[in-house]
Amino acid sequence: MNKKIIMALFGATLVTSASALFQHNGPWTTVKIGTEGAYPPWNGTSASGQLEGAEVDLAMDLCARMSVECVLVAQDWDGIIPALQNGKYDAIMAGMSITSERMEVIDFSQGYATEPASFSTLSSSSVASLGVSGNVNLDLGPSADVDALKAALNGSVVGVQGSTTHENFVRDVLGSSVTLKTYDTQQNLELDLAAGRIDAALSDSGSMEGFIASGNGSDIVFIGPKLGGGQFGPGVGVGLRQSDSDLKDMFNKAINEARADGTLATHFTKWFGKDISM
Amino acid sequence: MSIDGICISLPKEYLGLKVQLMCDSLPKLLLGIPLTIELVAISLSIGFVLAMCIALMRISGSRLLNIVSRSYVFYFRGTPLLVQIFLIYYGLAQFDLIKESFLWPFFREAYWCGILALTLNTGAYTAEIIRGGLQSVPHGQIESARSMGMSGILLYRRVILPIAFRQALPAYGNEMILMVKGTSLVSTITLMEITGIARHIIAKYWTPVEIFLIAGIIYLFINYLVTRIVRYAENRYTPYLQTNE
Repeated sequence: MNKKIIMALFGATLVTSASALFQHNGPWTTVKIGTEGAYPPWNGTSASGQLEGAEVDLAMDLCARMSVECVLVAQDWDGIIPALQNGKYDAIMAGMSITSERMEVIDFSQGYATEPASFSTLSSSSVASLGVSGNVNLDLGPSADVDALKAALNGSVVGVQGSTTHENFVRDVLGSSVTLKTYDTQQNLELDLAAGRIDAALSDSGSMEGFIASGNGSDIVFIGPKLGGGQFGPGVGVGLRQSDSDLKDMFNKAINEARADGTLATHFTKWFGKDISM
Repeated sequence: MSIDGICISLPKEYLGLKVQLMCDSLPKLLLGIPLTIELVAISLSIGFVLAMCIALMRISGSRLLNIVSRSYVFYFRGTPLLVQIFLIYYGLAQFDLIKESFLWPFFREAYWCGILALTLNTGAYTAEIIRGGLQSVPHGQIESARSMGMSGILLYRRVILPIAFRQALPAYGNEMILMVKGTSLVSTITLMEITGIARHIIAKYWTPVEIFLIAGIIYLFINYLVTRIVRYAENRYTPYLQTNE
């Protein structure tokens, strides 16, 4: 009986994993783009259930430039790379930083935006006394600001959205000096920070600024340096299957055009209140 | 030979599955079993006591108690467990009234929020299972017990409850299995039980099929044990209802 069940499970798995080798053939007429829809202002969901945000506007813009029809698909963050590989969609535009780890399994277009990461906490928290320090490029080696941050956070509970560059940074740099809590979405992380369940959160600055501005997180303050480089990679780009180099060329060309005529900057300024395009 | 030694001897990939990674992940996923079992055991135990009270309120004959118990069962059976978990964990934390009260140390912890949601959920289902059991006790048996001079607590203890529990056993076995699976939902509120760990590993290696397959087999194994225990109890307490399989 049990053997049969295991065999059936195994069989079902083989069918699923066979589709993991998805290959797109022929010229591109329709491009499906996966996004999270839970990461405003990069990509969010409006009150009426429509996807919206800087990347939604940018996607429509790029598709018009590439002369293809685009369909946006919402996908939970923790399945966003496997669904690309399975062919559920052809590109990811979900505030996804270009990192060497991700480059092992997928490919990226050139970067289109970059936003530093930053820790935040409640103004009433003991770690709030650390205050804000300047920008740190982690590619340039050790930093006194990061050391001060590490000392201040020692023994505290730090929250991040799971499977992100932020989680990687906490694991690599803070390690066992803090207790790590991972969340499925940025929004749930923000709610728990506001509720006081965690001492600090690490996220990209723009998302947290949006939450603070919304009024729900009005007693949240940033602490420590604005972090870039290192675990956070060189910026956010379009995630693509490694086999679709033609689509990569199309995206790169469209991004170049959007940058040249200023629309790239316009989209991000509209949603972030500042130009984070690159 | 350690598990690491076994894993290295396996091929890296077989039929498109990353078997070496599956093997490496197994001990990590097994570490989630104690929390899963703990959540199930605590919420089933408290939930059962709660359900007993609710079922007795339901058949008490008091109009008020009846309405209270019916409303409770209606709400907790009619809404998804995931929604209940979210409302208790993220919802209550938005009220300053709760955050400033003596209850906050309790609601601050994902663990207790998870236990509370699972307990209230199983309490509602189990109350209905117990009510069904109580109402299935043949009237003739109650009458004959009364004719022997039994009444009140003695009647419940000696006649009604034993018969009711036997009747309810198969349905309760179902509820236990549902609870084992239900615990997977608390992974959404940062608890690292089997599914939480699975999602964490997937987030790192982007291999949902491989890891969920292993997690699924672990749940299958736990529920296999649960069904064996329920089957043993059924054979022991209701042998006259069992057929030889």
